[in-house]
Amino acid sequence: MKILVCISHVPDTTSKINFTENNTKFDINGVQFVINPHDEFVLTRAMWFKEKQGASITVINVGNVSTEPTLRKALAIGADDAIRVNAEATDGFYVAKQLAEVIKNGGYDLIMAGKESMDYNGGMVPGMTASILDFNFVNACIGIEVEGNKATVTRDIDGGKEILNTELPLVIGGQKGLVEDKDLRIPNMRGIMMARKKPLNVVEPIDFDPTTVITDFEKPTPKSNCKIIDADKVEELVDLLHNEAKVI
Amino acid sequence: MSVLVFADNSDGKFKKNAFEVTSYGKKVAEIAQSNLVVLTINANDVSELSNFGAERIIKVNDDKLKNFNAKAYADVIKQVALKEGSDIVIIDSSTDGIYLAPLVAVNLEAGYASNTVGVPNSIAPFVVKRKVFSSKAFDHTEIKTSNKVIGLSKNSFGLVDNKVNAVEEDFSPSLSDEGFKVTVTSVEKTTGKVTIADADIVVSAGRGLKGPENWGMIEELAEVLGAAVACSKPVADLGWRPHSEHVGQTGKPVASNLYIAVGISGAIQHLAGVNSSKVKVVINTDPEAPFFKAADYGIVGDAFEVVPALIEKLKEFKGNQ
Ligand SMILES: Cc1cc2nc3c(=O)[nH]c(=O)nc-3n(C[C@H](O)[C@H](O)[C@H](O)COP(=O)(O)OP(=O)(O)OC[C@H]3O[C@@H](n4cnc5c(N)ncnc54)[C@H](O)[C@@H]3O)c2cc1C
Repeated sequence: MKILVCISHVPDTTSKINFTENNTKFDINGVQFVINPHDEFVLTRAMWFKEKQGASITVINVGNVSTEPTLRKALAIGADDAIRVNAEATDGFYVAKQLAEVIKNGGYDLIMAGKESMDYNGGMVPGMTASILDFNFVNACIGIEVEGNKATVTRDIDGGKEILNTELPLVIGGQKGLVEDKDLRIPNMRGIMMARKKPLNVVEPIDFDPTTVITDFEKPTPKSNCKIIDADKVEELVDLLHNEAKVI
Repeated sequence: MSVLVFADNSDGKFKKNAFEVTSYGKKVAEIAQSNLVVLTINANDVSELSNFGAERIIKVNDDKLKNFNAKAYADVIKQVALKEGSDIVIIDSSTDGIYLAPLVAVNLEAGYASNTVGVPNSIAPFVVKRKVFSSKAFDHTEIKTSNKVIGLSKNSFGLVDNKVNAVEEDFSPSLSDEGFKVTVTSVEKTTGKVTIADADIVVSAGRGLKGPENWGMIEELAEVLGAAVACSKPVADLGWRPHSEHVGQTGKPVASNLYIAVGISGAIQHLAGVNSSKVKVVINTDPEAPFFKAADYGIVGDAFEVVPALIEKLKEFKGNQ
């Protein structure tokens, strides 16, 4: 089985979010970039496929050269090779077009992505990629088994889960549940050494006009102070929630 | 030209999402000087939609579409959009909505703005405001394509009463086998409980509760309020509560009217996922807990004393209502 894992390069979840140039650019000053948390679950699940039933794992990112350390980290975790499509990833549709092009030429059976990136939270890329290629697609995937070209996939739904049957080639938008937190792989020294020698191929993007453009950013208005209610007077909280906040 | 809203339902019945996207679609149509068309698939009774401005309702009824199927639904939406000349398509942010919307966007070669809050800033150019960086910021996104798909962020617009006379029309889409290559074999759903996605009120508890045996009072508090129960990430990772209750940046997002956090410190990743809730209450022994900076109301105190007292007072309050 040929697996392609889509890796998004995002600010660490503890990052302070600031903007520069008149609020038109995300300020990367002091921000540490990591593998998108959802993608970490997906990559570890791909490693299980590789170890238990045999598979090759290519990791891919659409981004500029600054994302290469993140791809190297994925190689250190155990992917076999990496592809970087050399373009700014500003629009979900644009990224999906680039991925679809690589997938078409690469003959992948299973494309595993995180359900959303923790930067723009678009949640667009997996579904759009599948749709462009006319591949099967399952979002919010919390479990997957593959036998031959048949796949059994579990999807997180409101208030429960759903089991689905489908076939390869398949794209999933994955999240925690594919593996648990304690299962997540972190690169060890040997992995890091080996990753340096693994191929990281840079390919040029195909032409496609971005469908969306971010014009500028704004920060939420700061919160007014928290009203503190005495622990012995919880009836005051009930009163405030009813009469002031009007939520009960 | 028209604005097409997909009003989803659950087992034939509309939920709040459907009324919210309809209300929103009506407003967008007004601003764009266009007409609103609302599409329903296998809904029992569409008349409720006319309370929120749905003057034209397209009804699709087909047994093949009984289970939600993203590809088949996206194909139906495309057919209706073409038939109705819709250049703006609006979809909610439910689990099904966010599954479906990217497929609709590709079908219509449309730019897609997910997590949209508020009506478009302008129509030409078409600019909307969106939540980004896990609600730590907003951006303004211009959609440049002639067709546009908007994913409306849950509970960001609300319901707007607007009673109209609706014209209903049946439509039979052509459904090819290609659309049904992902099939549901079984569904496990908790019944009779409010889900985090649907809840107006969410009661959430964290590691401060010490152990799973102490969740009885959290469930009781939720029951008194008609709320859903949620938890912080470590609580799910420790196996104290099911993963489906984990909320936050890496768990389920919460956008309720009221969020009550008990024994939760308010780590940045937790807050990122719950910040879209309108009113937040924190109950914590530690006055320095970061959650107090994000909350509207707070009680510095021991959950094991405060929560039972709160349950009692709420019961009194409900009794007097
Ligand atoms: C990549 C990443 C993603 C993450 N995603 C999420 C996420 O999606 N959701 C999430 O929740 N976390 C997430 N986290 C974890 C997050 O950083 C915190 O560790 C977590 O939210 C803390 O959970 P907690 O508040 O329950 O526990 P703690 O931080 O241990 O806080 C417990 C709180 O309970 C209070 N307390 C103790 N006893 C009592 C009592 N008797 N009465 C009242 N209060 C009491 C304490 O004062 C304390 O504030 C993520 C972390 C990382 C690194």
